[in-house]
Amino acid sequence: MAMNQPQPTSMTSEPSQTPAPQAVTPKMRASNVSFYYGKFRALHDISLEFATNKVTALIGPSGCGKSTFLRNLNRINETLRDTRIEGEITLDGQNILDKDVTEIRRRIGMVFQRPNPFPKSIFENIIYGPRINGMLRRRQSAAELVEKSLRRAALWDEVKDKLHDSAYALSGGQQQRLCIARALAVDPEVLLLDEPCSALDPIATAKIEDLLVTIKEQCTIVIVTHNMQQAARVADTTGFFLLGKLIEHDKTDVIFKNPSKKETEDYITGRFG
Amino acid sequence: MRPFEEDFKSLNDTLLSMGSLVAHSVQRSVLSLVEKNEDYAHQVIRDESRVDQIEIKVDDMVTSLIVREQPVARDMRLVVAAIKIATDLERMGDLAVHIAERALSLMVQPPLPESINFADLANLVESMVLGSLDSFIKRDPQTARGILAADDAVDKSRNDIQHRLIELMQRDPATVTRALEYIIVARKLERIGDHATNIAEDVIFLAQGIDVRHRVAEVAQV
Repeated sequence: MAMNQPQPTSMTSEPSQTPAPQAVTPKMRASNVSFYYGKFRALHDISLEFATNKVTALIGPSGCGKSTFLRNLNRINETLRDTRIEGEITLDGQNILDKDVTEIRRRIGMVFQRPNPFPKSIFENIIYGPRINGMLRRRQSAAELVEKSLRRAALWDEVKDKLHDSAYALSGGQQQRLCIARALAVDPEVLLLDEPCSALDPIATAKIEDLLVTIKEQCTIVIVTHNMQQAARVADTTGFFLLGKLIEHDKTDVIFKNPSKKETEDYITGRFG
Repeated sequence: MRPFEEDFKSLNDTLLSMGSLVAHSVQRSVLSLVEKNEDYAHQVIRDESRVDQIEIKVDDMVTSLIVREQPVARDMRLVVAAIKIATDLERMGDLAVHIAERALSLMVQPPLPESINFADLANLVESMVLGSLDSFIKRDPQTARGILAADDAVDKSRNDIQHRLIELMQRDPATVTRALEYIIVARKLERIGDHATNIAEDVIFLAQGIDVRHRVAEVAQV
């Protein structure tokens, strides 16, 4: 059965060397979530908590369900036909499955594997979300919001002189940071990232990783990654998925130093399969 | 077995051959002292460079594995333990050489007027060395914990020998030079026991991911 929240390693009767996570109210909580593509059950009773202002990494082999799970966290999977979800996902204690989906997606932003800027200028990419959400106020001009968002995404210095150029003129790494800036522009409380660095070189990847550490001060982050070193570097806790099940979720240090489940160890040490 | 698994196995096997060589050196150094056997002493001194070479080989294997494999979990624990165990084994080899050198020196001097029983201390230390290696081979934390428990007995045995030798020197100052050599030998044996204890601690970390050095586990409970 999947573990609900990070636990100290339980291999022996001796205490873990690292202190147990402090009991805090999670920002999000998935309880017994199952998800079906038609008759195929892709997720099996996933229960997982996401601590406020922490980075949670989800790892596992291709097809294990980690991206499917992530996409349920802001209900993007609802756009797929013939799918069904069971269980409960809460944001600040309220079930997101009962709420207005537009509001949920404003509060829970998402960044995808490949950068997907709109075919517009850098400025328009950032301002699009706040504009359609009616967030532009007199006190905060569009220009101020664009600058703030780009600064938060560590992109401002690189693009401040070409804000009205096409977003497509940016490099891949810059485009991905633009997508993060775009997601941050609506002040999400949770940011979901689905393999955000898989198409980037190591320098661009490092910039995104640095960015995550900064962003988490303002929002809770969930990242799906195939790069285990990335999970080890940026995540506070890590969950390992296998065949649609959450095998283990614990502090990242514990997962990578001394995981309690053999399946986790086999996967992270490359002995899987 | 995949190539990287072969590399980890090779590291493990190299440590075992180093451990076997050092265990023999410790045994021969004690025999050279007790049996006044010159051949054993020279063998220990000759083997030192082999031990040193294997230590360098282990370091090289570990750095390669870190660079190429970026090991985590039990692989990470093996490479961390390996580099520490190799250092301890190398120091044990050096201490065996020191004992062998003392043995050669004592062979050409008259015996002490009363016999000093080194057997208990030597047996204890040898069993710790073999036990620590056995615990490494089997990844057996229980055996390793037994080694930790034996360390106090070694300290006591070394203290007993030291007291007897000090008393002897006070009664018969002519024995001072020889008695000091024996005190140093006892000290070297005790240090070998300390290194065996270190290896046992590394085995516990390797097998269970628990750091028991300096009684950290007990402190963590407070």
